[in-house]
Amino acid sequence: METRTAHALIRFGLGRRGDEALPSDPVAWLTGQLDGPDPALALPGASSADGLVALRDDRDQRRNKAADGTPAPPMRVRNLLKAESIVLSNNLLTTETGFRERLVWFWANHFTVSVRRGECAAVVTSFIREAIRPHVTGRFSDMLLAVMNHPAMLMYLDNVGSIGPDSPAGQRSHRGLNENLARECLELHTVSPAAGYTQVDVTEFAKILTGWSIDTNLNPPGYVFRLNAHEPGKKHMLGRSFAHGRGGGLEALAFLGSHPATFRHLATKLVRHFVADDPPPASVARVEAVLRSTSGDLKAAALELVRLPEAWTPLSKLRSPSDFVISVLRAMDLPADKRPPDLGPVMAGLGQPRLAAPLPNGWPDTAADWAGSEAILRRVDWAFTVAGRGADLDPAGVAQAALGPLLHAATLTQIQRAGSRRDGLTLLFASPEFQRR
Amino acid sequence: MPHPSMRLSRRSALLGLTAAFTAGRYSLALAAAPTQKRFVVVILRGALDGLSAVVPYGDKSLATWRESLLPGQPGSEGGLLDLGGFYGLNPALSAFHTMYQANELLPVHAVAGPYRIRSHFEAQDYLEYGSDHAMSSGWMNRLAQQIPAQRGMTETALAVGSIVPLVMRGPAPVGSWLPKTALHPEPDLYARIAALNKADPVTGPAVAIGLKERGFTDLTLAGDADAGGNRYAFPALCAATGRLLAAADGPRLAALEIGGWDTHTQQKTRLVQPLRQLDEGMASLKSGMGEAWKDTVVLVMTEFGRTVRVNGTGGTDHGTGTVAFVLGGDVAGGRVQANWPGLSTGNLFENRDLQPTADLRAVTKGLLGPLFGLDVAALGRVFPDSEQASAVGGLLRRV
Repeated sequence: METRTAHALIRFGLGRRGDEALPSDPVAWLTGQLDGPDPALALPGASSADGLVALRDDRDQRRNKAADGTPAPPMRVRNLLKAESIVLSNNLLTTETGFRERLVWFWANHFTVSVRRGECAAVVTSFIREAIRPHVTGRFSDMLLAVMNHPAMLMYLDNVGSIGPDSPAGQRSHRGLNENLARECLELHTVSPAAGYTQVDVTEFAKILTGWSIDTNLNPPGYVFRLNAHEPGKKHMLGRSFAHGRGGGLEALAFLGSHPATFRHLATKLVRHFVADDPPPASVARVEAVLRSTSGDLKAAALELVRLPEAWTPLSKLRSPSDFVISVLRAMDLPADKRPPDLGPVMAGLGQPRLAAPLPNGWPDTAADWAGSEAILRRVDWAFTVAGRGADLDPAGVAQAALGPLLHAATLTQIQRAGSRRDGLTLLFASPEFQRR
Repeated sequence: MPHPSMRLSRRSALLGLTAAFTAGRYSLALAAAPTQKRFVVVILRGALDGLSAVVPYGDKSLATWRESLLPGQPGSEGGLLDLGGFYGLNPALSAFHTMYQANELLPVHAVAGPYRIRSHFEAQDYLEYGSDHAMSSGWMNRLAQQIPAQRGMTETALAVGSIVPLVMRGPAPVGSWLPKTALHPEPDLYARIAALNKADPVTGPAVAIGLKERGFTDLTLAGDADAGGNRYAFPALCAATGRLLAAADGPRLAALEIGGWDTHTQQKTRLVQPLRQLDEGMASLKSGMGEAWKDTVVLVMTEFGRTVRVNGTGGTDHGTGTVAFVLGGDVAGGRVQANWPGLSTGNLFENRDLQPTADLRAVTKGLLGPLFGLDVAALGRVFPDSEQASAVGGLLRRV
């Protein structure tokens, strides 16, 4: 394996699966993954409407339970999430488009929604399928709109209950704005604090987004624009004015989604994710320039990442816990009945429960965040546990297939000297080079 | 079909095991057979240094090769436990010594499998195939198919688990059990992982600090006997194995594994903990078996021995001849079974290893034949192409 091939598989992908065929041209292999629709869109899965129906049924059951003492706990949302989680896990371990999958999870983390907000569990996976996957190689402003329209984000950041104080509903209920989504959209999703917005901008944006809500009683349930909860009148944000109604929200998102500060923010995060914890300014400038010149074409940005010379220097990023779990299991390439069907609990055990980030800013993306001593030892212990399933594997062969020229000679020696296959695999997965991507 | 209450009690035993068992690098696999006899194999993965476990202190050449590894003479403080004037047990094997004195322990020295390679993985495979080439099943599984049914005994299958050692794999149904939670490597493996990461600016400090936070000191990582959280794990597993095998409808064949033997560095200290685990484990197995101990034979074996010379880091490297142990209530023990090859330069295998003078298959056949009433043809089906290694006689008292 050539070093560039290893980098393509590890820096940009999810790690090599067993001894799968190596691409002859690493760059063509990466860029080819961005053509056409995401193959994972063809996988079975629940829609956001399915999720909201499950949520509604659970709520009904809980209500009935209170009324007539029915003992059964509501399980529909739980079962739905479990089934979805297995499909997602399986896809991560078997996909042949690892670069595309990495981009999906990058953007899903950029637009974090989390099951820590209980009811979001019903729609976090459909969020990825409906709001993220279709736009990973499309325009950022389209992804932004799909996100802000999606029940998962509207529920997670409380916009469902945000009511214009001067709207008919606000006048009637004496309830008002919830700024949560507006603030996080400015701070995390688009322009970032570098754009210099003020509290007034946040409040105005919150007014713009009033009425963006969901209705779980519709058939199918889903997004609705509630005109009677929308704050009347024109709004002003970042020196622009936006019309009354849903149209004002569309204008605001189009504006934010193509703002130069947004492109700078996105370019920095992309380079930090794929190149280095401290993003080289020259790399950021190149990706930023592509985003600006293409009005936020995310495919063009991804292609530029692959073209960066800094993206082919020695690997320095520390694999996140979920990345680690995926790459270990891909390297072992166990038959389906020998691997954990749902990677969620494994990732949770290593400190990164899937779709359960503690805060809207998502999972961190630097080594310092993941290199805690207990966190690293938990990787070691899990590696030792899972290595017990590799009784049929040749540890040195697995090491060479997974890391190629990145495997240190000292590690290979230790693996060859290990007293058992299990110890050999543990040494591979606990080696410093296996922690890198 | 076993009685339902027995099934329940067996499951209860397993549940109790889960509670008792919190850590370790061990596993257990079980198979049923239509007999009241029990046979247990203990695989020491990583290559036990036979010359340190059963020390031929009477061989004058020994001290010239490995003075730095030798315990004190028998009778001295912390010295060897004498086995009749030529051999001595490592002082960490005190329960073995008690069993030896009760004629229930038979060390078999200068033994090796039918292969001459020094790769752990390949050698372990051949050890478990019972052959010098790859086969479709392990010899314990073939044994399960050869044991003739006794009157009134029917075969009962246990659930097949995901981790079955090669020695038990094959057509006969096998169950396996491994603790699911809180598995930790042995201190020795942690130490190697720490060494691999030492120079890394990110993972190096993380691993070093993490191990300190978990109470590992530099001493424990170097293999100090009394440290680490695992010292009761293998004995607990062995005690549970004994209880399972002792049950009237319990399994009859068991394969246990224990690692930690690959002592390339600081062997003298690093060997103490695994030897104690093994020692306490076999004592626990015996007490767990109760009355069934008289119907039980245990074979402790490893893939190969280690170099006669000490290497540059106070350890030994992969070798050939080593020791095996036979234990049980009916074993013709209280002696060492060996055709001692000697340790002078001309006697070493390839000028580095203990020369093997016994074939492990011949020893095993010498146990299985009388224990289960297997004839030469049946033993040949357990160990195909082993005519050269005919069964060693006199290993058990009742024939």
